[in-house]
Amino acid sequence: MATKVFMEALSPTMEEGRLVKWLKNEGDAVKSGETLAEVETDKAIMELVARGDGVLRKRLIAEGETAPVGALAGVIAAADENIDALVAGAGTPAPAAAAPAPEKVVANAQETAGASSVPKSVEESQGESSTPPQDKVVGGPPAPAPSGAPQTAPAAQGDIRSSPLARRLASERGLDLHAVQGSGPNGRIIKRDIEAAAAAGPAAPKAAGAASAPSAPAIPRDGDFHDEPLTNIRKIIAKRLGESIGPIPTFYLTAELDLSRVMEMRGAMKELGDEFKVSVNDVLLKAIAVALSQHPEVNAHWLGDKIRYHNRVHLGMAVATDDGLIVPVIWDADKKRMSEISRESKELAKRARERKLRPEEFTGSTFSVSNLGMFGIDQFTAIINPPEAAIIAIGTSEDKLVVVNGEAVVRNRVRLTMSCDHRIIDGAVGAKFLQTLRRLVENPLMLVY
Amino acid sequence: MATFDVIFLGGGPAGYVGAIRAAQLGLNTAVVEREGLGGTCVLWGCIPAKALLESASYAEKMKKAADFGVTPGEVKLDFGVAMKRSRAVSTQNSKGVEFLFKKNKITWIKGTARLTSATSVAVKSMDGKEEKHDAKKAVVISTGSRVKGLAQIGLELNKKTVISSDEALILEKAPKSIVIVGAGAVGCEFADVFAAFGSQVTLIEVMPGILPVEDSDCSKEVERAFKKRKIDVLTSAKISNVKVAKDSVSMSVEAGGEKKEIKADIVLVAAGRAPNIEEIGLKEQGVRLTDRGFIKINERMETSVKGLYAIGDVAGPPMLAHKGEREGAIVAEVIAGHHAQVLDYTNVPGATYCHPEVASVGLTEQQCKDKKIDYKVGKFPFSANGRARTSGETEGFVKIIRGAKYGEILGAHIVGAHATELIHELVVARTNEYTVEEVDLAIHAHPTLSEAVAEASLDSLGKMIHA
Repeated sequence: MATKVFMEALSPTMEEGRLVKWLKNEGDAVKSGETLAEVETDKAIMELVARGDGVLRKRLIAEGETAPVGALAGVIAAADENIDALVAGAGTPAPAAAAPAPEKVVANAQETAGASSVPKSVEESQGESSTPPQDKVVGGPPAPAPSGAPQTAPAAQGDIRSSPLARRLASERGLDLHAVQGSGPNGRIIKRDIEAAAAAGPAAPKAAGAASAPSAPAIPRDGDFHDEPLTNIRKIIAKRLGESIGPIPTFYLTAELDLSRVMEMRGAMKELGDEFKVSVNDVLLKAIAVALSQHPEVNAHWLGDKIRYHNRVHLGMAVATDDGLIVPVIWDADKKRMSEISRESKELAKRARERKLRPEEFTGSTFSVSNLGMFGIDQFTAIINPPEAAIIAIGTSEDKLVVVNGEAVVRNRVRLTMSCDHRIIDGAVGAKFLQTLRRLVENPLMLVY
Repeated sequence: MATFDVIFLGGGPAGYVGAIRAAQLGLNTAVVEREGLGGTCVLWGCIPAKALLESASYAEKMKKAADFGVTPGEVKLDFGVAMKRSRAVSTQNSKGVEFLFKKNKITWIKGTARLTSATSVAVKSMDGKEEKHDAKKAVVISTGSRVKGLAQIGLELNKKTVISSDEALILEKAPKSIVIVGAGAVGCEFADVFAAFGSQVTLIEVMPGILPVEDSDCSKEVERAFKKRKIDVLTSAKISNVKVAKDSVSMSVEAGGEKKEIKADIVLVAAGRAPNIEEIGLKEQGVRLTDRGFIKINERMETSVKGLYAIGDVAGPPMLAHKGEREGAIVAEVIAGHHAQVLDYTNVPGATYCHPEVASVGLTEQQCKDKKIDYKVGKFPFSANGRARTSGETEGFVKIIRGAKYGEILGAHIVGAHATELIHELVVARTNEYTVEEVDLAIHAHPTLSEAVAEASLDSLGKMIHA
């Protein structure tokens, strides 16, 4: 009975693989578990192993070629078996039209069930992915909160609970079972899960892959945002600038804001009692949130084929922890009083350092802010937290000699640098936003307007 | 006056299983039941009927015993004895449920309940006293269903000449002649029993075939077997001109282009059951019903009123004990706050215990056609099965309908000896989404009737070995 060799997901995030080298020639006898080829994944070079015994009759991906996960890479069969039907549809994830008769794919269906045939490389990649996602948020986007509690961490295909019918459907559609959430007993993947996953679109690996499939924030509600299809000019800007600079064509705007009045305000508040103390950072967070509520064009997400403009402002604030960076979120920051923002940001930062954040507390931001002022950094550029449109990097606030009305005076100043995704924001749009922000920060009474 | 976590109204298969599960999950549980525990199933349905069918099976086997080298003396048939044994088995099972209640510390409140709110019931005991009981978490309605008779054609139940299965189960002797109206599971089983005990049986069905919910191949196979046993089977039949006399009933039956007059000692109405929704205060609590008069529930068994649940026959078809039992287990888990797996109603097997037995799960071939599903059929006759030959029970077949593309089991239908046991291999397969290839992959011991299941799987792949 013939066994199809597929490009397998050899890492949790792998979407395609480059066949580096075949280790078996056509006509070679192979045994289940033997290495057939070396495949370069997004992480490393891994081994693709045989899932059945027989003769490697056909190699369907050339050395050096890249193929998506699920693509037919070869066929193992008896020396005299007719494999014409199996070879049809090679190179692409098996299309429905070229579905072989059930008896031909049984070997594959069994293979995924057999834990004993799990290749070593897959076990390794499983070990790597066993860390819960919240421990791994480093600079990247917060992991989207899974819908419903996940029953199992991503595991090697052989360890996934799935029904034979589900495996057969998944294999035909080129779906990676890692990408599917099971709804059967103990998270077992059954037919309806495959159908739901197939209906939801092309295999989007569950484990990560945020760069190519930007994750929308969790818990969306009606009216929280509106989507606008890309205009042609935005498409071209996106494409051209993307080619020029990388997946997120970023530009940077720096502005030095005067904090005199913020300092006056803080002083006045503190005089009323220690309980009214707020930090410069608290004031800046509030000002940024209010500015965002006035500039929805900046409070946006890049979703590949459209831009999502948010009507609510959920402010992400980067917090350094011993394990790395994490971005807890102040929900509806524009509507919260400064005292609430102050209290919440302290609490979130504390809990982030204690690794006690709940998933909903570090997902769903519409815009993010990073502050390295406490380290004496004058100014810096922060990396955008995709799919967000921009991030603001706050430097240290310090007294500086500046010229006001022709006179040299000492003023407290802070430098903000906004990294902007040019696919969403043009230079002038970003500049206008900073203008609004400057007006708010330099006239903090406007925050109560 | 007492307070419980959960009160079940009705101690049939849905209610008693729900109560046991609820008690196991730590809930203080009570069941209101006016009769014995076990409900229709244990007292007036599945269990006593199967006991009678076993008597019928003995009677039939006696006729063939000489071929097996065992020549019995004079064979006497006594329905009264069979009936008494059937009652004893029924009582024994009901006592079994009572024991399980004690073991699980479930309170049996004897009487008839009426909802006074979504969380409290008033129970009237046999002596007319009324007592109020509260439920902290939930009240579950598991009041079941009853035979309703066919008053619209003049067949109102009178318990003497026009009877339901309830009376049929306690007849002292088999009638000389009996007309059974309705050839579903109940009708076919009683036709089998009374034919075995020497009654002249006429089985009348309004649909084109007997056992109309089963695959038509199965219906035909049973019809053939019944006719061989001299049961008069009339399908696509229309009854008119019913005359109920003191010790007989006559009627005109139009079937197959013919109209004939039939007279019998007894008419057994085996068509139509009605949910027991009256006199429990559903309307006052605002409980919503379906178009067909069942209590409307969601997949968590919740009714339209918060805290009120419904399970079993009263919550809708299929009116089968095992469907109710599963709903009972689910409702207990829901109330206890556990995660319950949703009941897949397409995977509830059906079983009829006449001879030959009929069992099925999933879609019939006609349903596949209606749904325009691309399917393949595999069929294996017991006449080609070694074990069936040894026992001389070669009637029937295993029929598996699989998806043409993936081989998933769309439906499975078995007619023959022990069909109701054999079906479960395919219920497991279908429930867990095995394809016919996984069924074949499992080695089936030889010689067994189960080999016919594997062969039917192979046949659906065009690879049958033994036929």
